[in-house]
Amino acid sequence: MIELRDLHKSFGDKKVLQGVNLTIPKGESMVVIGGSGTGKSVLIKCILGLVPPSSGVILLDGEDVAKAERDAFLARFGMLFQGGALFDSLSVWQNVSFRLLRGSLKRPKAEAREIAIDKLRRVGLSPEVADLYPAELSGGMQKRVGLARAIAAEPEIIFFDEPTTGLDPIMAGVINELIREIVTEMGATAMTITHDMTSVRAIADKVAMLHDGMIQWTGPVGEMDNSGDPYLDQFIHGRAEGPIESVR
Amino acid sequence: MNLAATFLARIGAPVLAFLAAIGRVAIYAAEAISHIARPPFYFKEFVQSVISIGYFSLPVVGLTAIFTGGALALQIYAGGSRFSAEAVVPQIVAIGMVRELGPVLVGLMIAARVTSSIAAEIATMKVTEQIDALVTLSTHPMKYLTVPRVLAALIVVPLLVGLGDIIGVMGGFLVGTKQLGFNPTTYMKNTIDFLEAPDVWSSLAKGAVFGFIAALMGCYYGMQAGRGAQGVGRATKSSVEAAAVLILAANFVLTSLFFST
Repeated sequence: MIELRDLHKSFGDKKVLQGVNLTIPKGESMVVIGGSGTGKSVLIKCILGLVPPSSGVILLDGEDVAKAERDAFLARFGMLFQGGALFDSLSVWQNVSFRLLRGSLKRPKAEAREIAIDKLRRVGLSPEVADLYPAELSGGMQKRVGLARAIAAEPEIIFFDEPTTGLDPIMAGVINELIREIVTEMGATAMTITHDMTSVRAIADKVAMLHDGMIQWTGPVGEMDNSGDPYLDQFIHGRAEGPIESVR
Repeated sequence: MNLAATFLARIGAPVLAFLAAIGRVAIYAAEAISHIARPPFYFKEFVQSVISIGYFSLPVVGLTAIFTGGALALQIYAGGSRFSAEAVVPQIVAIGMVRELGPVLVGLMIAARVTSSIAAEIATMKVTEQIDALVTLSTHPMKYLTVPRVLAALIVVPLLVGLGDIIGVMGGFLVGTKQLGFNPTTYMKNTIDFLEAPDVWSSLAKGAVFGFIAALMGCYYGMQAGRGAQGVGRATKSSVEAAAVLILAANFVLTSLFFST
């Protein structure tokens, strides 16, 4: 279970997170929605320790992550980055099994390659892709490889940062389905940030809306359409008019 | 009073920014050195860096050295002839190449070729979130990216400098014997007899320092890169500027240390 308590983050004078309180129960898929620049990515980066929070507490299974042993903490996570963030200098299979080729989870090369090919197959890519380089792949394939890398070490918690951004609607649907299936079959806790409402409906058990640096609304995905929250209503229906100011 | 304060603030702000930048680079350098001594060590990345910094720099180092050695021989001959001292060409080419021009020119070539490439590569990794991905995959960017490159440059650049010294002397030899009429045997004998061990060691030591500076600046500015293509461009430009200036400043300090009596 991940708990965020009164999380704040500022960059100079700019306050991005202003007291985020959120609980992600074990084995559930939480999707955080919100407009561009509302701090969704910063939220994920704070949890992973990529950006230090200005104040507040992040608990993982009741333990303060600031005091946790870093390697052991990170070994529990997998992350799919918005642009894939694949390493250009490594082949696809080396990207997928990056964690299995070094560090505490190191395996023999042949075994790591076998796991990589298995994970590639799981995300719908053929073994022939294994020896290609990221630059030789399409955007959709890069996302799939990123997804394979995120699940390669069987993490307990998986983060997805804008998983469908930049993809055509059909490929976005394929990625959404994959994420849902994989999270369910692994029993993993998932946190996805997106502003794609199709993704939300496909992936989420619960939804949280981030607005003005705070959680504006949170609840089961089924209650999202009848929340009565004007901010959430405006966002999910994509209305220009409403309490959320839109810059024109 | 207000004018004076504004004037002082205008001078003070860049001075403070400059000092802060020196502090950040020093902390980064200390961190890199401390990580060299601590496991894990990424041997494959180290070997790749040795090949890319060392082997692939050979053509540019060789060409720079041979043309510089040749030009140096011509200049010394022309200058020496003004007071009938043409005979000192082998000795001055040797000492000029080994003590100064070899290490400095190789250092600057490495700054142009290696620093820029490291900075652009790491900066691109930064803006495409590959550095964040490394961290989430339990890999310390300092250990995976900086240490192999800095250590490789520290070891390989002195070898390049040594090679540059030899090729530079040979450039002088070719010009001296083919164009200026020196006897080949006498030219080589004068060169070898005149050079002393400290000349060679100081040259290699300069190479190690310059290699360290070149790789460190590439890694540092790459890691500091701002967003987008502009961030990558700025990081690359700043890294080469900083490396070149620091190499020349370090050369002055090292020459003062080694040779001032």
